[in-house]
Amino acid sequence: MNQSPHRLRVEDLTVVPPRRTGLLVTTALTLAFLALLVWAIATNKAFAWPVVGKYLFHPSILRGLGNTLLLTVTIMILATVIGTVVAIMRLSPSRILQSFANAYIWFFRGAPALIQLIFWFNLAIIMPVISLGLPGVGTLFSLRTNDVMTPFLTAVIALSLHEAGYMAEIIRAGITSVPAGQTEAASTLGMSRGRILRRIVLPQAMRFIVPPTGNEAINLMKATSLVTVIAVDDLLYSAQTIYARTFETIPLLIVVAFWYLAVVTIMSIGQHFLEAHFNRSDSRGGGGGGFGRALRSAFGLSRGARA
Amino acid sequence: MSDLEQDFHVPENMMVYARGVRKSFGRIEVLKGVDLQVPTGSVACIIGPSGSGKSTFLRCINHLEDISGGLLLVEDKFVGYDLIDGRLHVVRPAELCRRRADIGMVFQNFNLFGHMTALENLMEAPMQVRGLPRAEARDRAMALLERVGLAHKADAWPRQLSGGQQQRVAIARALAMDPKLLLFDEPTSALDPELVGEVLAVMRDLAQSGITMIVVTHEIGFAREVGDQLIFMDGGVVEEAGNPRDMLRDPKSERTRAFLSHVL
Repeated sequence: MNQSPHRLRVEDLTVVPPRRTGLLVTTALTLAFLALLVWAIATNKAFAWPVVGKYLFHPSILRGLGNTLLLTVTIMILATVIGTVVAIMRLSPSRILQSFANAYIWFFRGAPALIQLIFWFNLAIIMPVISLGLPGVGTLFSLRTNDVMTPFLTAVIALSLHEAGYMAEIIRAGITSVPAGQTEAASTLGMSRGRILRRIVLPQAMRFIVPPTGNEAINLMKATSLVTVIAVDDLLYSAQTIYARTFETIPLLIVVAFWYLAVVTIMSIGQHFLEAHFNRSDSRGGGGGGFGRALRSAFGLSRGARA
Repeated sequence: MSDLEQDFHVPENMMVYARGVRKSFGRIEVLKGVDLQVPTGSVACIIGPSGSGKSTFLRCINHLEDISGGLLLVEDKFVGYDLIDGRLHVVRPAELCRRRADIGMVFQNFNLFGHMTALENLMEAPMQVRGLPRAEARDRAMALLERVGLAHKADAWPRQLSGGQQQRVAIARALAMDPKLLLFDEPTSALDPELVGEVLAVMRDLAQSGITMIVVTHEIGFAREVGDQLIFMDGGVVEEAGNPRDMLRDPKSERTRAFLSHVL
């Protein structure tokens, strides 16, 4: 207020940002820490980077990766189908169907995946023979359980049933998030219950279903590494097979981690585009999306991970 | 049909016939014996204070609510039931859908399908329920959007439309099924005052086309102008019904008089 106020014009005023000393110091410390970390990793012999390079595209690693992807896709599809059925049962007017669905979710979501996996692997102890017989007709078929239940099939069944417990809850929440007025409007147009669910409710539920389902798919992809305990030849198992022989444990774990991270990144980008698709009715003109935003959302993906 | 006339004395050419219609939600009785007749091709406007049961009654007509007692007929058929050998059989879901397809309904909150454009909203039921080919459904939908003055908004999402535009699309969507009867549940109550006019204009145009309409509304002016019948509901019964102009000029019932003095 030294100057006379009438000399000062609004257009001439300059903005002075506050000094952010704390932010500068923290940034410097973080950079220093990162430099130390990179130096340590680069110079530590145990990481053995040339070995990492040697195994990154090794045929048995790639075969393991293929199996991991096959497991993830198969289990996710089955879990979504079973989960949808269980979710619809939970929302049905029948008390018995509701209770069945609740019990399903309680058990298969509640019991640890690893325990369920080992349980199904040992199914032959409870049920040595799988057979179907009808009174008056006789036995239709009969098979030895251990012949049918290959490790791969065991993994698919156990993890699908487990994952379906989560998917059922996600899908149920999605369905209940669609306002009742949508169902009413559709029924006054003469649409049947099934058609309303398929054409009106589920498409609108998708915007609530896709984000948590993306997280589930990522969690599941990593959780498939549990199948190593029943000797399914997945990504981790094939690495274990190699380092059991060569003792190059750390480099091979780096190879495995690299592939898991690569797949998670691709899945996150796919999830972004899926979300953009189901949110398109929100737009006020203009497409939105874009690859840059997809990448950013891929690396910023940290919400609600379990495991 | 002749049985019906004999046993229940239903007059001819009635689109909707209600006698002693009751409806309870748990212990609360919302409809306490509604008597009402809507001749085919006429426009009936239902007014009344909130909680008088007018919306509930409207929802009973297309079986969104099941009635608890009384007689409710649409085109000489029991709503939700079939009379066979003196017994009422609950209709199968497929038959219920068939009957609902002939009764259009317009809601207070529009209820447009949020994941479909205006045009797709109009094409959905004709294609899914009536099995119309896509091209034909599209042409008809465009013609209807033209009729409500929204052809230029065919590809807009519901969220991009104003309330008045959404309600006009919703009316066009109901019309896309060629209904014999149109039910309006407070169609202008959720609209900003300046948007009410455009919706009423569309409804006025419809009333002149000769379609049977039952309109639950607070728009007394609309009722006076286009209504063939004005029905005042209060406390779950029809308190008074008659010619709108006569009734508004000289209500017979004290309660009608009191209600009208508040809203006019």
